[in-house]
Amino acid sequence: MLERSPKPVVEKPTLHESAALHVTGTATYIDDLPEPRGTLHLAPGLTRIAHGRLVSMDLSAVRAAPGVITVLTAADIPGQNDTSPIGAHDEPLFVTDSITSEGQILFVVAAETRAQARAAVRRAVVETETLDPILDIDTAREARAPCAVPGRTMTRGDAEAAIAAAPRRLSGRIVMGGQEHFYLEGQAALALPGEGPEMIVWSSTQHPTETQAMVAHLLDVPANTITASVRRMGGGFGGKETQANQTACLAALVAHHTRRPARLRLDRDDDMVMTGKRHDFAIDYTVGFDDDGKIHGVDMLLACRCGWSADLSGPVIDRALTHADNAYFYPAVRLRSLPLRTNTVSNTAFRGFGVPQGALAAERVIEEIAFATGLDPNTVRLRNVYENGQLTPYHMTVEDSITAAILTDLARRCGYDTRKAALRASNAKAAEEGRVLRRGIAMTPVKFGISFTATHYNQAGALVHVYTDGSVQINHGGTEMGQGLHTKMMQVAARVFGLPQSDIRLTATTTDKVPNTSATAASSGADLNGMAVLDAATKIRDRIRDFAAERYNADPGTIRFHNSEIHMETGQGTLVESFAAVVRQAYLARVSLSSSGFYKTPEISWDPATGRGHPFYYFAYGAACAEIVIDTLTGEYRIDRVDILHDAGLSLNPEIDRGQIEGGFVQGAGWLTMEELVWDKKGALRTHAPSTYKIPTAFDMPRVFNVALLEDVPNRKATIFRSKAVGEPPFALAACVLFALSDAVASLDDHRTCPRLDAPATPETVLACIERLRAGKSATGHGTKIEVPATDADPVRDPVG
Amino acid sequence: MTNAIRFWLGNAPCTVTGPEAAMSLLDWLRLNRARTGTKEGCNEGDCGACTILAVRLDADGETLVWKALNACIQYVYMLDNTQIFTIEDLAGGYPAGNAAAPALHPMQTAMIDHGGSQCGFCTPGFIMAMTAAATDPATGGPDALSGNLCRCTGYAPILRALEEATPATKAWADTLGTTIRDRLRALDRTTPLHIDAGATRIDIPRTADQLAELCASHPDATLLAGATDIGIWINKGGRTLPHVILTTTATDLNTIREDDVGLTIGAAATWEQALPALTRLLPAAEPTLRRLGGRQVRAAGTVCGNIANGSPIGDGPPILIAANATLTLRHGNSRRTLPLEDYFIDYGKQDRRPGEFVEAVHVPHQPESLFRTWKISKRHDQDISAILCACRLTVTDGLITDARIAFGGMAATSKRAPRAEAALTGTPFDATALARAQDAITQDYAPISDFRASAAYRLTVARNLMTRLHHAHLGQEESVHA
Repeated sequence: MLERSPKPVVEKPTLHESAALHVTGTATYIDDLPEPRGTLHLAPGLTRIAHGRLVSMDLSAVRAAPGVITVLTAADIPGQNDTSPIGAHDEPLFVTDSITSEGQILFVVAAETRAQARAAVRRAVVETETLDPILDIDTAREARAPCAVPGRTMTRGDAEAAIAAAPRRLSGRIVMGGQEHFYLEGQAALALPGEGPEMIVWSSTQHPTETQAMVAHLLDVPANTITASVRRMGGGFGGKETQANQTACLAALVAHHTRRPARLRLDRDDDMVMTGKRHDFAIDYTVGFDDDGKIHGVDMLLACRCGWSADLSGPVIDRALTHADNAYFYPAVRLRSLPLRTNTVSNTAFRGFGVPQGALAAERVIEEIAFATGLDPNTVRLRNVYENGQLTPYHMTVEDSITAAILTDLARRCGYDTRKAALRASNAKAAEEGRVLRRGIAMTPVKFGISFTATHYNQAGALVHVYTDGSVQINHGGTEMGQGLHTKMMQVAARVFGLPQSDIRLTATTTDKVPNTSATAASSGADLNGMAVLDAATKIRDRIRDFAAERYNADPGTIRFHNSEIHMETGQGTLVESFAAVVRQAYLARVSLSSSGFYKTPEISWDPATGRGHPFYYFAYGAACAEIVIDTLTGEYRIDRVDILHDAGLSLNPEIDRGQIEGGFVQGAGWLTMEELVWDKKGALRTHAPSTYKIPTAFDMPRVFNVALLEDVPNRKATIFRSKAVGEPPFALAACVLFALSDAVASLDDHRTCPRLDAPATPETVLACIERLRAGKSATGHGTKIEVPATDADPVRDPVG
Repeated sequence: MTNAIRFWLGNAPCTVTGPEAAMSLLDWLRLNRARTGTKEGCNEGDCGACTILAVRLDADGETLVWKALNACIQYVYMLDNTQIFTIEDLAGGYPAGNAAAPALHPMQTAMIDHGGSQCGFCTPGFIMAMTAAATDPATGGPDALSGNLCRCTGYAPILRALEEATPATKAWADTLGTTIRDRLRALDRTTPLHIDAGATRIDIPRTADQLAELCASHPDATLLAGATDIGIWINKGGRTLPHVILTTTATDLNTIREDDVGLTIGAAATWEQALPALTRLLPAAEPTLRRLGGRQVRAAGTVCGNIANGSPIGDGPPILIAANATLTLRHGNSRRTLPLEDYFIDYGKQDRRPGEFVEAVHVPHQPESLFRTWKISKRHDQDISAILCACRLTVTDGLITDARIAFGGMAATSKRAPRAEAALTGTPFDATALARAQDAITQDYAPISDFRASAAYRLTVARNLMTRLHHAHLGQEESVHA
């Protein structure tokens, strides 16, 4: 059962550190930075075909356009024409010959104004030779296209034998779409040349160190000349982990050549056409099981669309493999990955990083077993959830499993059994009366491994200064994209020094303050940087404590930092001095009031070659239950109610964590329902703006939305104040929406057939699923692929008139 | 003749002329006025990050109309006679110098208190939209936020903030009324303007007669109403319009007249303005009318512009065709009136002759009938329809005596369904008639596949909507949007 903490150590909820700036419009994003004198504005020229070759490029009219200062191409790169984040050297910044996707960069224009730069781009005369593109998973498999990164196999036991020996077995496929990040602030960078090779690049990036490295090797200068900096992003969601680099590189290249400041903020349509998205997957599964719903063996092939370069596809699909069990123990298992290279935008990190995709397949397997056995899916779930001591497919022992407890607790809280019975009855009545609405309910858990699988990423640094007036400035390697990381870091420092949060100043993430940082990704921001801030702050506090003990003749063991004061027991009784006064004395006594801090996650290891190890320090858990209603005439639906119970350990900030859970869930529900990426037959993305790509609005949130944090259950591992990472896990909770839709559809043939509803479950996909069931066809369809002809005019992308 | 655009930005009177007048309001605020609190999220009016508050005097010279507008698809030349506020105008109290005013606007305080911002980028736009919504008692809840996207929060805290701060915000707006009214009255509101904005010539008429004269003498000019579509040609298509004539500034066209014939909506009236009258006339259409764009789009876009534009996916035309609307086109001093459906000839081709403009649309009083409209799209709010269906059945003594069925998204124009209408006319609406109408509807249309829906889905849904119509006839209609 759940282990309760003896004493609550959760901090009082504090506001987002930038809330007052957000609401007054004074929070600064890259494009809001005051413009340095002589700033140039950039616009990229992009490929408009998905596959082919660049034959010639006449840019004379571009150069002659009003306001244009320079036009740069690959030939102008002093260093490497490469932005591959993993060193695969397969991602040139500029196309030189081969075109492998729409939206690749041909050239960049620098002009006096943004309007001039964008107008000039249209004057380019580009001649290309077109080859047939490979656009999707099916075509890539048929064509036996090369993989973007090597595929991998993860095995434990003999899956084939276990499945063959099982009393029952079934096979199927689940297809799920990709997802556009749709961060509200698009990609943006401002490069300011300094003395000699020095340059400062302000970039909306989740990974300043990588941006610094990319710019350095682009310009062929050492890293110590480049500073990358970001105060905050207007959303990231993984879309600025590597995808910020090309924008930063273009700005830096222009600044390098012109010695003028250079700014680039991508137009939204360009941004959506150029930058990578969530990987779409087609996952084939075979499972052996018994009449009790117990799994005996699982075999899965996880194919995904990587796009034109490797980018982070390797780690993403590895994470899909490590989470293709979701919360379930597979006694024997074989998981294989097929990361396919395609002539589409290069897919990248997106909140969840492969976990939602892998976990969705696991939940489909559970659903299939439930249909096959006639058991309630939750019964099947509870019969297969991990018990402590069991091994994952990657041979890590699960030691902290609370899935069964969370599922049971949530089912009780939200009245799952009673509500489900009532829905079944109401559906039966609706069928009798010839009515068209049907209701569905489903509950899904999540078990999310926390740590970067790339072990070396699991380190962090911080820098803390205490000034002589007692004010504190902190800096760390993590970036703020709205998730509240900076707020949590300020809480950590405030707690160490016994100061109010208002006495702590947090400054922009900058590579010249804290170097060699990891991406703020993998939900690890607070875990890693929190410990580094704690380390740095504690070092200074201990120095102040030791100084105070000596100066005031106090017992060091009694010294407490509290309420902006330092409390000490001395020979003369209790002494209370203000923090600022003691700090001032310490300074005069030549005590160092500045320190760096460092942290590396213990215990973890990972061998990519064998697919085995202990890649995760711990797991974060949660469960969600969704109730929906569908219209069987049109496939339209609405989410009536969602209940969530989520594990954030001892939450550092329950209000912020609740925001992450609600926001993550709605974003996940968007992925599984309305968010649909459509490429036409020639490989042009036709959903390249919010007019055509629809993310949830306020109307789409669940009508009733109950979110609870698991209380008083500390992380078993010694994380920062025993909290748990919370950025990504809630995204995967949204799986219950897809299965609730499926549950409603299944009512059409009395729950005899697993509907095999794929994602995104747009109204069209739901209706197609309904029609299949109505026609009594065994459900073999995989989604609804809209064939979009490439000939109809695109009023936005094609210049009109 | 004056040749400058005059408006108020917060507490600053502004006069703009020349090329600056042709800038988008968003660029002008950010680049020329360093008001960077207003953000660019999409530059096509679909995300709401650039939302600002605009206040105008109604035709009565008394009533203040508060609107949330997308600054990215407003152009400075559209702002004459307007008071605008950006996020920078809310904090610190307003009017300036009011020491009793709180440091933050109530909507700002509520957003902080409820944790309504995460990354914060969309926040100013939300606050401006919420502030506008608070001035309108008819709007609240998700509808108030229908034009704003947030990718972080999932919206729950924002809705809580809206609810909490609405009364205080209404009071805030009331205290400003006199000041704003005085300011707007003092601005010249009656003389036509002609602005030479470099590559673009802009004519701003004040009356229908002036507009008619301009159109007749400049038949090649682009007529611009709310710019909710033309803004995208400019911002995304890179188009420069050589000559623009505004229609919405003709105050005598900013009319919604209800009389014994029906409803007449003038060329300058926006969807937001027309919504109450349209809802009175076509109560069953209200849910669909509220899904026509987000709030900012409905506040800018006009009913007549939606028609004149001729888009096959405009939501207004099918609804109005089903309601047997007619259109008045004017050339100089001559007018002609035609059934709305006759205006749409083919894709991109309308029956609008050189020099003509759509002066008004008339919606007659409806006979006792079954009227229904349904919008099918991937998303409920602020989405373009995959299919829009509007039906009107007149049933007399158990027989359907008249059937008007129009669809959007099913053909190159908004189009009636003659075969389905014929299948239903002169018969009771029974299972046989339904089956005939369903078959007929698939003969009436040959839709295309695009990224919104496949042709097959469109046809299936069109059939199924005949079933829904039958259910409505039987009083058994159900919808997930209820």
